[in-house]
Amino acid sequence: MRGDPVTTVAEDVTVPAAAADAAGAKAGRGIAYYPGCSLHGTSPEFDESLRAVVEALGIPVAEIPDWNCCGASSGHTTDHLLGVALPARNLALAEAQGFDRVLAPCAACYNRLSAASLAVATEDGLAERMPEILGRPFNNTVSVFNAVQLLHEYGPLIEERVAASLAEPNPLHGVKLAAYYGCLLVRPPELAGGDDPEQPMMMDDVINACGADDVEWNMKVECCGGAFSISRTSSVVRLGRSIIEDARRNGAEAIVVACPLCHSNLDLRQKAMTERGERPLPILFITQVVGLALGLPAESLGLNRHFVATDQFIEDLVTRAAARVKEEQRLQAEAEAKAAARAARRAEAEKAKAAAPAGGEAAPAAPSDAAPDAGGDA
Amino acid sequence: MTSSTPHLATEIEAATGINPATCYQCGKCSAGCPMASESDLRPHQVMRRVTYGTREQALQDETIWLCLTCETCSARCPNACDPARIIDAVREIAIESGQANLPRNIGAFHKAFLEQIRTNGRLHEMGLVMDYKLKTGDLMKDVTNAPAMFTRGKLNLRADKIDGINEVRRIFEQCGVTP
Repeated sequence: MRGDPVTTVAEDVTVPAAAADAAGAKAGRGIAYYPGCSLHGTSPEFDESLRAVVEALGIPVAEIPDWNCCGASSGHTTDHLLGVALPARNLALAEAQGFDRVLAPCAACYNRLSAASLAVATEDGLAERMPEILGRPFNNTVSVFNAVQLLHEYGPLIEERVAASLAEPNPLHGVKLAAYYGCLLVRPPELAGGDDPEQPMMMDDVINACGADDVEWNMKVECCGGAFSISRTSSVVRLGRSIIEDARRNGAEAIVVACPLCHSNLDLRQKAMTERGERPLPILFITQVVGLALGLPAESLGLNRHFVATDQFIEDLVTRAAARVKEEQRLQAEAEAKAAARAARRAEAEKAKAAAPAGGEAAPAAPSDAAPDAGGDA
Repeated sequence: MTSSTPHLATEIEAATGINPATCYQCGKCSAGCPMASESDLRPHQVMRRVTYGTREQALQDETIWLCLTCETCSARCPNACDPARIIDAVREIAIESGQANLPRNIGAFHKAFLEQIRTNGRLHEMGLVMDYKLKTGDLMKDVTNAPAMFTRGKLNLRADKIDGINEVRRIFEQCGVTP
């Protein structure tokens, strides 16, 4: 697909061939999008950046009409059946619309939706009871996946787009990013989507596809305190501090997340976590990272909505990228000049050789001695 | 415990399919628990208490409410005992039997959260926080963050109510939950 023109705005229904290949037969009738309450409320930037990225990559997604809250931890902590039935209604709605895949970018929603699907498939009698509880038919036929899995699936296309010449140099090239998975993307292990629950790599792969460098660190799958953000803030500050300190110690320039709860805990509460004058660490959604690598404008990715300001960080990245490109151009020009000088000397030597009488002894020795020296000094 | 009340471990096994007595106390769950340092009982101790402690002790324990459901314990358990699921089941039984001894803030949060869903079908953060403040009396909590959240477009003043709200209420009724 290298020859295809790179379009940033895709039509509603056209799918570039590469994207269609990547999605494979699984795509079926397109992807149902379940934003969940956080993406409509406290994390609009996750929604904005996701929509911008799927549009740029030509992935067709359609929001599930009239979706309801998945119940989050309050649902299943209070009642197991409620924790299954609330998310199941959304799966039933997607099923009724003819979709076979549901994209739930929020890690908590992803976890609840897929846990519900798993419970209905495996627990005795649940499948039979569901239609009565929901008041609508439900056959548990849709599969649930999250933003990391989606972007991982499209990793080759992202890499191709990032490598294709963009108007501006890729600001993420060589930037050190720590992928933070937290709990809900990898636990329980059955819901980790094939990734390793203790040492997951899918988000790291996406970071590398963007031209950035993933960081090896220790807190990838530690809990940020999740649902205690409001009711037990002290725990969140304690847990978040150790996550941020470990990322910084291992050289991360920013932390990348795919969960609105992790984001608000590490972003909104970071002020309380760092009191020793360290430079705050930006917390980015993985969709924002992909958007930046694809050359989408920062405003369209909602990067201005964070508490830890990202404008200076992005400005620095752009300056670094420009300096890098300038340096690359300088090195290339230097290499070209050297090659040209060598070629010129070689031509001169050949000329001298041709001019010298055949069988002459001194003439050929001089240019072959001089060539390596002169090349080095040019 | 009267003879008509089943043993807690039996009740848990009926609800989850897991016999908590299969826990052999290796402590791997507690080693990874993010809340272990703040809890009276660590996960492996909760497993032991629901098996051998009295019913009241287990149900009235505050520790079960400090569980974040991060599921690190269950993911690492070498004997598939699923402590997170067991703790969830104990919380459910504690609520049903009226013995739940949950910290006021955490209880208020779950209650306010579920009320939001039952009322609108979706979570309205502003409504949740207001309701939570009224329930806990902690009126000044996070007040300083509100303006900054508002200017960043992270707080909606109006709730987003779904058309199928009656379906959501039906689910609550069918599950026997009244927030």
